[in-house]
Amino acid sequence: MTTAFIEISNGEKLAREQIPHLVFDEFQKNAMEIVKEGGKVVQYFGYQDGSSIKLLAVLRTDKLFIAGCDAPDTYPCFSQTCEPFHMFEREIAEQFGIKPEGHPWLKMVRYHPNYREKMPDVFGNDYKEDIPGNYNYYQVKGDEIHEVAVGPVHAGVIEPGHFRFNCIGERVLHLEIQLGYQHRAVENLLYNVLAKRLPILAESIAGDTAIGHSLCMAQAVEALTKVKPDKGAQIIRSIALELERLANHIGDLGALSGDVAFLPPANYFGRMRGDFLNLSLLICGNRFGKGLVRPGGVRFSLSDDLRKTMDERLKELKPQVEHVLDLLFAASTVRARFEDCGIVSNNDAEHLGLVGPAGRASGISYDARRCFPTEHYGQIDIPENKKPSGDVYARARVRYDEVLQSIKIIQSLIDTPVETNIVEDVNYNLPSSSFVVTINEAWRGEVSHALLTDQNGKILRYKVKDPSFHNWNGLAMSLRDTGISDFPLNNKSFNLSYCGFDL
Amino acid sequence: MLNTLKNRFEQGYRTCSYPKEKPAVFERYRGRPLIQKDVSQKIVEMCANACPQDAIDIGLKKIDMGRCVFCGTCERISKGAFVKFTGDFEISTSKKEHLLTDGDLPALAEHSKQHFKKLFGRSLQLRQVSAAGCNACEADLNVLATPFFDLARFGINFVASPRHADGIVVTGPVSRNMKTALLTTYEAIADPKVVIAVGSCALTGGPFLGSPEITEGLDTILPVDLFIPGCPPHPLTNLHALLTFFK
Repeated sequence: MTTAFIEISNGEKLAREQIPHLVFDEFQKNAMEIVKEGGKVVQYFGYQDGSSIKLLAVLRTDKLFIAGCDAPDTYPCFSQTCEPFHMFEREIAEQFGIKPEGHPWLKMVRYHPNYREKMPDVFGNDYKEDIPGNYNYYQVKGDEIHEVAVGPVHAGVIEPGHFRFNCIGERVLHLEIQLGYQHRAVENLLYNVLAKRLPILAESIAGDTAIGHSLCMAQAVEALTKVKPDKGAQIIRSIALELERLANHIGDLGALSGDVAFLPPANYFGRMRGDFLNLSLLICGNRFGKGLVRPGGVRFSLSDDLRKTMDERLKELKPQVEHVLDLLFAASTVRARFEDCGIVSNNDAEHLGLVGPAGRASGISYDARRCFPTEHYGQIDIPENKKPSGDVYARARVRYDEVLQSIKIIQSLIDTPVETNIVEDVNYNLPSSSFVVTINEAWRGEVSHALLTDQNGKILRYKVKDPSFHNWNGLAMSLRDTGISDFPLNNKSFNLSYCGFDL
Repeated sequence: MLNTLKNRFEQGYRTCSYPKEKPAVFERYRGRPLIQKDVSQKIVEMCANACPQDAIDIGLKKIDMGRCVFCGTCERISKGAFVKFTGDFEISTSKKEHLLTDGDLPALAEHSKQHFKKLFGRSLQLRQVSAAGCNACEADLNVLATPFFDLARFGINFVASPRHADGIVVTGPVSRNMKTALLTTYEAIADPKVVIAVGSCALTGGPFLGSPEITEGLDTILPVDLFIPGCPPHPLTNLHALLTFFK
């Protein structure tokens, strides 16, 4: 494949002048070529450089590619023929007022005014109104069609979002998911605040993915400042990321069990999830791993005593996990509810660009730990874990496999002494006019941060992408032609982040 | 069936005996901060400057647990000379000004409203509203329903409708996009009602301080009865607050 895009590695510092700056038509042509041949969008965002607005795209095949261009005010959209750009184009329209003509569903992503002075709003919204609910939803018309509206406040201890179902009887014809209620302007904060706040903010993008996001932030700063964490730090970070995966996957399996009314595993997994969270607390004093990762390494060492405690806990927990997994997956009633429910075909998953366990459940083997390894993952054998069926069963089964793998990975990593120099002072003196993109496989899939600095080394643009940005449309797709009563089950099988999406 | 029973026996009885006995929390846990007042001004200033949340009041030599995310930076750089985080998780307050502390917190039980105890002491139904946090506070509220904490044994439950609730538990820094939904939920609850703010976001805006999209403190828009600090608060912190304030 010849392309005007150039190759870049995960966590590689580039001078901004090294990034090909194409004319827009060429940028679009090359980007679409890569994606149409199976490539995926890792990052595609706008940024203000002096008085002009520019676009930058990072795409992936089995390698990463990058190029940029000047942004036109309007352009013929990519999404019409190339779906993976769909959400990214909407985001750029919302943030910078650049209109993709002919976009199949041009609607705001989060509901906020665009970042440019005097740039008219693409959606014609009046942001003086506090309510982010006055906009059109996709409508199905017909005699017996009815709509069900759910949220933003949900019937549980859950994040807010709005779900609009178009149904005929119990059958869902279409589900539209409108988020944005959690919008805190994280990206703007990230390049406006003092550097000492960066790690705290990164940990709070999505608290259940605190390690995933803080790793992306730390690796980006490390690449720019040419600091390399020592081997021990890389091992501790990998352990933390696997603990995060374990706790969340176990919690999800419990919730799935509860949603098919099989209560014993729901309770057992609910309790065990806490045991794994407590292992994060054991390492760094916080159940979600907050405070552990900093640019340059980690703030807590893993002493032999801690390794021993951890090993004992894991030895106690592992058989329990295995037995409850068996209890859940061997129950015929559970299988009957999981199988064939909420199928997302491999073809649809490819077009939507699903990542993480949701993608693997639909036959997409991509796992950043294997494809673009960071930290200690280059030396860990990560299996493919893909499943063919794309249903709730597949999404649960991927977690089943990954839970057991993560326990094994952690056990092997704590088997030998881990030595690290804990980080005290962090160097935030970023070089001028540079760029870096980082990718990590968190428990929901590919997390990516991209960072651009200006000629003075100040952060010019900080772009965050949570895997949920790709995957919410997968949930919508899974509900097509499914009974509305299966929504909770499908929702849990994806368990996506609202705050990671809303930023 | 046999498998179900086998698992039941293996799992055993897991509910903690709190509040009768305090469960041990791992050593690195950072709970109630304890201030050493007889430390040089220079060290206090060093801690205040390093604090990512600007939570340290240099003049008063106190720390604001509402802004604090318990990252432990001040303890590390002063090597414990100014601030030490203890293993004490019982850190909630009934007044916002009590959050600015030198480590000596007023007993929560004495400051709770007596009519609340009478009204809600035997049964307390709460509606949770998640308003733009990071989902960690929500997660550690959710675990109160798991067998280890088993909140229901105290007659406290999270319910689905504000119409069934005696109060709301708010997490997150109340984004502009969530404010209307939060206020509507609050209005839907019958009087008298309780408002509980959980986590540094709901207390002050937390990590998102300075963002134009958020509210810096739930108490600026609703009358808050109970402040639970932490990022997120440990489940035992939540449990202590609920039991002490209402029981």
